[in-house]
Amino acid sequence: MIEQRRPVLTYIVLTVFLLLVITPFAWMLLGSLKTQGELLRVPPTWLPEEPTWDNFRRLFERPFARFFGNSALVAVAVTAGNLLFSSMFGYALAHLRFPFKKLLFVLVLGCLMIPGLVTFIPQYVLIVNLGLADTLPALILPFLVQPFSVFLMRQFFLGLPRELLEAGRIDGVGEIAIFFRIYLPLAGPAFATLGILTFLGSWNNFLWPLVVSSSESTYTLPVALALISTGQNQTDYGLLLAGATVIVLPILVVFLFFQRYFIQGISATGIK
Amino acid sequence: MSTLTTDAGRSAGTARPRRSRRGAAEARAGLLLALPFVVLFLVFTAWPVLQSMIMSFTDMRITDIRTPFAVDFVGLENYRTAFADPVFRRAALNTGMFVLLGVPLTITAGLAAAVALNRGVGRLRAVFRVGFYTPVITSIVAVAVVWRFLLQPENGLVNTVLSWVGVDGPHWLGDERTALLSLVIMAVWRNFGTSMVIFLAGLQAVDPGLHEAAALDGAGRWRRFVSITLPSIRPTMLFVLVTTSIGYLQFFEEPFVMTGGGPLNATISASMYTYNQFGFGNYGVAGAMAYLTFVVIGIVTLVQFRLMREK
Repeated sequence: MIEQRRPVLTYIVLTVFLLLVITPFAWMLLGSLKTQGELLRVPPTWLPEEPTWDNFRRLFERPFARFFGNSALVAVAVTAGNLLFSSMFGYALAHLRFPFKKLLFVLVLGCLMIPGLVTFIPQYVLIVNLGLADTLPALILPFLVQPFSVFLMRQFFLGLPRELLEAGRIDGVGEIAIFFRIYLPLAGPAFATLGILTFLGSWNNFLWPLVVSSSESTYTLPVALALISTGQNQTDYGLLLAGATVIVLPILVVFLFFQRYFIQGISATGIK
Repeated sequence: MSTLTTDAGRSAGTARPRRSRRGAAEARAGLLLALPFVVLFLVFTAWPVLQSMIMSFTDMRITDIRTPFAVDFVGLENYRTAFADPVFRRAALNTGMFVLLGVPLTITAGLAAAVALNRGVGRLRAVFRVGFYTPVITSIVAVAVVWRFLLQPENGLVNTVLSWVGVDGPHWLGDERTALLSLVIMAVWRNFGTSMVIFLAGLQAVDPGLHEAAALDGAGRWRRFVSITLPSIRPTMLFVLVTTSIGYLQFFEEPFVMTGGGPLNATISASMYTYNQFGFGNYGVAGAMAYLTFVVIGIVTLVQFRLMREK
């Protein structure tokens, strides 16, 4: 009642905001279908006059399918690793007693705040000395376990009743089997949130792949696009916009279907 | 006495093996479940954090990459080098500007959107929420490409729209005076959705009874916002303030892909210059710069916690 005084004004302001937020995406999609000549026209056109897939065709003449595959493979591996290793450790932290538990938890929490900038040079030195520079494992290994993931999983398992553990013991289920057979199957909601966040983080990751990848066989989409965009004197906007579309569109589609989980994930970081 | 102890020992003895066997099994399971995470964590995160600090006190260069332990300690030399470097000082100054402009704008936009959405906009709430959050999920490289196109001086959409109202738009990214602002605007566009979502969660916990009571007492909408809403969401505010500040203190990808730090170092950030030092092969200096940034982040976080607590 008191909240409904001037809803019209609220709607108008929100709609203007929404247009400001959405327009760059619309401009990207429309632009990717325009010819180079049309893209350079003053004043710019709104809808493409003769829509063309030419930009995408030229994009995939470069090994863009491969970059796409690299991005997908790395993101899937990183996500799988995070879900498995973080749920194992998170469950142990939530429900089991074992030596060094406090120490390990404090150590992991301590690293939650440390920016990636601090670690990337030693990580790079390590990857080079392991002989893994410019390989796909180099893009995966440093991200298989992340402090945030274990924190999220620990919080989730703390919310599950301890009685399940006691019941499992009484039924003679082994300690490790209790985790895999009783608790893990209940982790679906946490997995959805963590999985989406980790996949997204990996898909959009830029600095590390830029540092360790030096050949087309290991480029991910963001690295490839960044190198195209800086490597030319006459900027080929059609090609760049098509590349941007290829990076953004799959995530955008997934987001529209699963937006609840994306948003839950971010809220979860705030609620703790 | 001795019988008592043996009795106690025996009665405990019958119970204890069972419990300690279970305790041992539990400890073994706990360690086994922790093992993969802990090993990978120690190798790829904890050790690099430590090595980074050690590195910042050595003369390590790219030529030492195969022998990272055969380097000489130089004390605070790298830190002195950083402070004496005019470009690093410029980068630190720019980073301060990114924080000072970006943090208030991002938080205000996020809070405004959250408050508007919390005001019962019905079904459309989901549409707006999803729309506002969309930029958060995008790749910064893709965003940079699109925004460079939008900000074109001749035929960019931004200057075209400005020309409708008779404004001759600037050469956004090419002009020393507007380049930094352009990056901030883009960053706010991309990030305010995150703070909006967190604020929305916080606003849902505000007691509506307080609002109704205050409204009965004749408090206007603005008054209620300042006296009830803001104090109620203080923990949320602190969280958003800290995480947003950390984000802008690490500002890297936007200048890296949009301007390369130019024109004339107008947009170079501390993180980006640290990356450049790495590119030049000066690992020790880069390590010192990274740790300086880390220390500043730590101080800013502490100060914010203290400020929010005392108010």
